This record gives sequence, C-alpha cells and structure tokens, in this order.
Amino acid sequence: MDELLFARLQFGITTVYHFLFVPVTIGLSLAVAILQTAWARTGREHYRRATKFWGKLFLINFAMGLVTGIVQEFQFGMNWSSYSRFVGDIFGAPLAIEALLAFFLESTFLGLWIFGWDRLSRGVHLLCIWLVAIGTVLSAYFILAANSFMQNPVGYRYNPEAGRAELTDFGAVLTNKVLLATFPHTIFGCWVTAGVFLTAVAAWHLKRGRNLDVFRPSLRLGLVATLVGFGGVLVSGDLLGKVMTETQPMKMAAAEALYETQQPASFSLFTIGTLDGTRPVTQIEIPGLLSFLATGSFDGEVQGINDLNAEYQQKYGPGDYRPYIPIAYWGFRIMIGAGSLAALVALAGLWLTRGGRLPKNRWVWGIAIWSVVLPFVAHSFGWIFTEMARQPWVVFGLMETRAGVSPTVPAGTVLTSLIVFTALYGALAVVELGLMLRWARKDPPEEPAGGSSGDPSGSGDSDEDKPLAFAY
Amino acid sequence: MELHDLWFVAIATLWVGFFFLEGFDYGVGILTRALARDDRERRVLINTIGPVWDGNEVWLLTAGGATFAAFPEWYATLFSGFYLPLLLILVALILRGVAFEYRGKRDSERWRGGWDLCIFFGSLVPAFLWGVAFANIVRGVKLDERHEYVGTFWDLLTIYSLIGGVTTLLLFLYHGAVFTALKTAGDVRERAIRLAGQVGVATIVAAAVFLIWTQTQHGSAATAVTGIVAAAALVASYLLNRTGGRDGWTFGLSGGALAFAAITLFVALYPDVMPSTVSAANSLTVENAAATPKTLGIMTWVAVIFLPVVLIYQGWTYWVFRKRIGLQSIPAH
Repeated sequence: MDELLFARLQFGITTVYHFLFVPVTIGLSLAVAILQTAWARTGREHYRRATKFWGKLFLINFAMGLVTGIVQEFQFGMNWSSYSRFVGDIFGAPLAIEALLAFFLESTFLGLWIFGWDRLSRGVHLLCIWLVAIGTVLSAYFILAANSFMQNPVGYRYNPEAGRAELTDFGAVLTNKVLLATFPHTIFGCWVTAGVFLTAVAAWHLKRGRNLDVFRPSLRLGLVATLVGFGGVLVSGDLLGKVMTETQPMKMAAAEALYETQQPASFSLFTIGTLDGTRPVTQIEIPGLLSFLATGSFDGEVQGINDLNAEYQQKYGPGDYRPYIPIAYWGFRIMIGAGSLAALVALAGLWLTRGGRLPKNRWVWGIAIWSVVLPFVAHSFGWIFTEMARQPWVVFGLMETRAGVSPTVPAGTVLTSLIVFTALYGALAVVELGLMLRWARKDPPEEPAGGSSGDPSGSGDSDEDKPLAFAY
Repeated sequence: MELHDLWFVAIATLWVGFFFLEGFDYGVGILTRALARDDRERRVLINTIGPVWDGNEVWLLTAGGATFAAFPEWYATLFSGFYLPLLLILVALILRGVAFEYRGKRDSERWRGGWDLCIFFGSLVPAFLWGVAFANIVRGVKLDERHEYVGTFWDLLTIYSLIGGVTTLLLFLYHGAVFTALKTAGDVRERAIRLAGQVGVATIVAAAVFLIWTQTQHGSAATAVTGIVAAAALVASYLLNRTGGRDGWTFGLSGGALAFAAITLFVALYPDVMPSTVSAANSLTVENAAATPKTLGIMTWVAVIFLPVVLIYQGWTYWVFRKRIGLQSIPAH
C-alpha cells in the first residue's frame, strides 16, 4: 500500500516538475527559430541579439527538461513494472519512436546549433533550430499518444492467455480522439507559456528602459504568441472537454463535483464548503455551462458521479470508481483560471503597447513580469487534473493504478527514490531559477569582435585556429 | 530468424552504439579530473564532446524505449530488478547533463568546481554501473515464475559483476583517452596519449579476466570468436597508441573493442534476455519476453526507415566538428 503511495507521489512530482520545463522548450524553441529567421531575412542586428539572448535562456531551460525526461522513461519500469508488462506491447512503441524520431533530432541539431555558429552556413544553422523545434513537437505527439492510450485505450485487444493488452491497430493509437484534442491543447499551451515568458522577461527590461530595440519586438512576439496560443487552447480545450465527457464521463463529473445527473447542468465558478456532495454549498453558478462544455448544447445531460459510480460497479465489479473530487474540481478551475488570466494580461499588454507605446506605469510592468507564474500553474494543474481525475484507473477501464506497481520492489526502496528525486529536483530548481534570473537580466550580447557570420568553408583541419564561437 | 530475434539484434546494436559513443563521453568526463590540470584544460576536454554528448546519450534512451516496446517483460524485470543501480545512474546522468550546460554560466571557481565534481562522478558512476548491470544480465539473477526479480541490491554485487564494472570503467576511460588524443592538440593531447598507455595495460588485464570468465561460464564457440576479436582490437589499439601518429585508428580499434565486448555479452546471453538463477523455467527469453509480432513489425519498419537517417545526420555532426581543440580554441568565459 505504501509502495503504491510512494510510487504515485514520485510519478506526480517528477512529471509535474518535468513539465515545468517542457512547455518552455517547445514554445521557446519556436520563438528562437522565428527570431533567427527574422534575422536571416532582414539582416537586422537586433534580431540576432534577440536570438542569442533568448537562445541562452532556452538552453538553461532545455538542460533541465532533458535530464528530467530520462527519469520518466526509466520509472515506468522501475516503479510500475506490472503496468509495463500489461501495456508494454502498445505503450512501449510510442516511447521508442519518440526517442528514435524526436530525441535524436532535438539533441543532435541542438548541439549543431549551439556550437555551429561559425561552423555552418547561416541557412543550415537556421535549419538546425527549426529541426529542434520540430523535434520537440514530434516528441510531444508520441508521448501524448502514449498518455492518450491511458485515458482512452484504443487499437488493442485483451489477451487473457498472455494476461496483457496487445496492439491490434497502431493507426488507431496514433489517431486516438483524445490525442487529437490533447495534442493541440498541449502545444498551444506551450505557446502561451513561451509567450508569457517572453513578455515577462521583456517587460523587466522595458520597465528599466533598457535594450528597447531587442525587447520591444520580443514583447510583441510574446503577447501575440500568448493570445494566439490561448485561442488554440480554448478551441482545443472545448473539443477535449467533449471528448472527455464521451470517453471518461467520470472525469467531467469530477471536474464539476456533480454528484447527481443533471439536465441542463450548470458550471460553478467556485464553491465555498465541502465538495463531498453531502451538504449544500455556496456556489456561483452559470446555468447550462457545464452542459455546453460537456455536450456542446446548453441543455445537454451530464452524468453525475453517483450514477457513474453505480454504472461502473455494474460493469467492472464492486469498488469505488470515484477520483478524489476536490483535486479534480479545483485543478480544473485553477487550470482554466490561470490560463485565462494570462491571456487577459496579454490582451491588456497588446492594447497598452499599441503603436509602439510603452506604459510609464511601473505596476503595469510588474503585472507583466509576475504573470510569468500563470502558465506554469495552468499546466501543472491541468496535468494534475487529467491524471488524478482518471483514478482509480491507470489505463481507463482496463487496469487500476494499484495493480500497476512493481510487486517485488520494497516500499522502502521506492521511498528512498522518492526522497532522492525530491531533494535533487528541489536543489536543481534553486540552481535553475537562479541562473534563469541572472541571465534574463543580462543585456543581450553585442556583436563580438570579428563578426559572427557563417564561415562554412572554414580553414580545414588546421590545429591552430581562432577560438570557438561558443564553448562550454 | 523471427522478428523477436531481429529485435534482439536491434537492442544489441543500440547498446553497442551507446557503448561506443557514450563510452568516450564517460571517459572524457573522468579525464576532466584525471588529466586536466586547470580550468582551461578541463574546458578543452569538455568541448571535445560538447556538441555530441547529448546525442550520444539518446542511444541509451532509445535502447530503453526499444526494450520497452520490443520486450516489455525484459524492460519491466530489468528496470524494477536493478532498481538502486538505476537510481544511482539516473542521479549521475541528471547531474552530469546539467553540469555541462551550467558550469560556464557563472564566473566563480566554487561554482565550476561543484559542477566539475558532478561531471566527474556523473561519468564515473554510470561507467562502472553499466558493467555491473550487464554482467548481472549475462550471469542471471533471481527471477520468480512471474519473471519478477526477488533478489536484493547486494545480490547484484558479485565478484563477476564487480569485475564487469571495473572492465567497462577502464574501457570507457581508455576509450575517452584515445578520443582525447584524436580530438585535441598540444600538451593535453600528449598527456592523453601517455595516460592511455598507462590505463591501457590495466584495461587489457581487466577485459581479459572478464571475457575469459564470461567465456568459461556462459560462453560458446561464437563468443570465443567475438571475445578474441574484442581482445585483439584492444591490444592493437594499445600498440598503435604506443607507436603514435595514428589517432584515428587507435580510437576506431578501441571502439571496436568496446563494440565486440558488448556483442560478446549479447551473444552469450542469447536466446535468453535475462536468465533466472532460481530455475531455468523462470528465465526471460527472446520469445517469452517479446511483444507481439504486430508491434515488432511496426517497430521494424520505423527502425529500418529512421535509424539510417539518424546515423547519417549524427555522423555528419562529427564531420562538422572534426577540428581538433587546443587551449587557443577556448574563448574566455
């Protein structure tokens, strides 16, 4: 029992932590690619400086995303060996393909990009960062394909002889309807994250009136990316809500703490009081909104937790099929609230900076700077919601989470691992944040002496050479 | 040859690639303390692998992912069974990876010193533990009838597995030294050649003991051949390093030794993927550990199409960064 708790805690902590860095990697690689493309096309110096500046921050972040990602691949086998045996025939393939298609692409071309400023022609060097950006998106697709199978298993059959789920249709796994909604939802969320990140850092410099030529375009890019991203998040989130209602109605019911089936169902903005469905509570409700989110119609029927629990007991045998409701309810709201607030800040920012204006008001900049926490909050609670509200299942309808742990790994061992990772990640968070703040406050690099233009013809393999354009 | 046999070969190939490539990364990481005398020399070493270490590490991630996909039972048993060694490896890889990126980001000796420790131990620990792990895989571990590991952490530390660990550690260190000789210029290079000569003898001894032990306990005619090729490549590399002037060959032969050592282990293992010391009936084999032919078929197509592409662009990276690095190549912090 303890082993289950520790294994779940570790998975939750390491995954949420990993996903603090992933959205920045995905979004910022694209932003850097865009800025470098702008430099390549216009030749304007401030775009080059912006590319270098944001590239540096991107790399500080990337390193953390990379190393915490290794843990993810290992811990399925370490803590969840029964799960791995049961779904490996389906679940392993996207992971392997992710490594082969995405990780190689990202890591190799990032190495070329970091060290290749004076080794590659401008065009090839630019291509490298685009390939990195494409790699990050590919990676997201395959890992979300794996996760979507857990939310809505498709393309498999249960083989009672082997006691495992077996792949029957890989195309179905890769076009899982949950995946088709959750993939854009995640990627647009990453744009929001990178957008807010650009906005916040640029705001810090603009507040002090520094490096206007670099940070004014960066700010605009950030604000636009945030709003475009949020638009995408909204549309895909709406779609995801309906798919979720169809594939995991319990999750939608838990998101509203809706105990009894309702038609039409209202959506509560918040609740004061208990969420266990026993006592009346104080709520601000929007009539029909939950029906709309779930079904697309304002008077659609939304199934309640109690009815679904009874239905699942019929279907899957005796048991409690309710997730922990407060986490689902508040996670859902915090996700939406934080994301919307970020978009609101961006909208205001776009208005305040229209036509090249720069607000004089210090607290306006302060809000822009501190809004940087919002997308991270939204992402974290989004994942906590989507994973916790799937419980008690690890693969919905197919395998319960408690059946997935490694049966012969002692609880003390898992606890050791949990403590080690928590401590290590905590220490690294301090280091990373410190570096990020330090480099975010630096001025963008000036043109180095001797120029940075590509010199692909090089001077052969001569040992005596000018210093590297970049070195660790 | 059935698909699961092919995938056994594929997994072995990924590990061979990992040993060959990440092997010198680990070696260079250890050399940052064993060879470099100051920060500038350390940076020479780190920058020989700077553009490529991350891509090299992906061979490990791909081997892990491919094992999960092609042999789910093997993946589950291996990763849950070798829990604590893998935990140590993970911590090492995390610190090492971050260290490369972060050590130059602050101009402080204490800061760099801390990360240098991470690079050193982050390279040393996995270099040793991979050998321990592979020796245990070949030797077999306590697996029950569900294929679950029922031994303890201490059961993994046998004389044989410790020799395995020392062997990979020395092989990687030697490989890193001859890589350094190939990729650097000046005094660092001279000392790397000398160090390779000193480490080389110990490496040959350790590898010989480990391979002979493997041969007597788990060997076949095929492993005798691959083992001899590995040993011959290592000795040839050592001799070439002594005569000097053929850095490319010295390095290639060292890589060949690593590759054939790994191949020897996989050939010794086949058709098991993880033998059980409790009962042969509990052993994991290419058959009972494998995914379905359906999954293996899909994976085969993916690998056939994309692995060559990866090899091409990764190979190209080495071409782009082919220049030697000397003290004068290192810009100021």
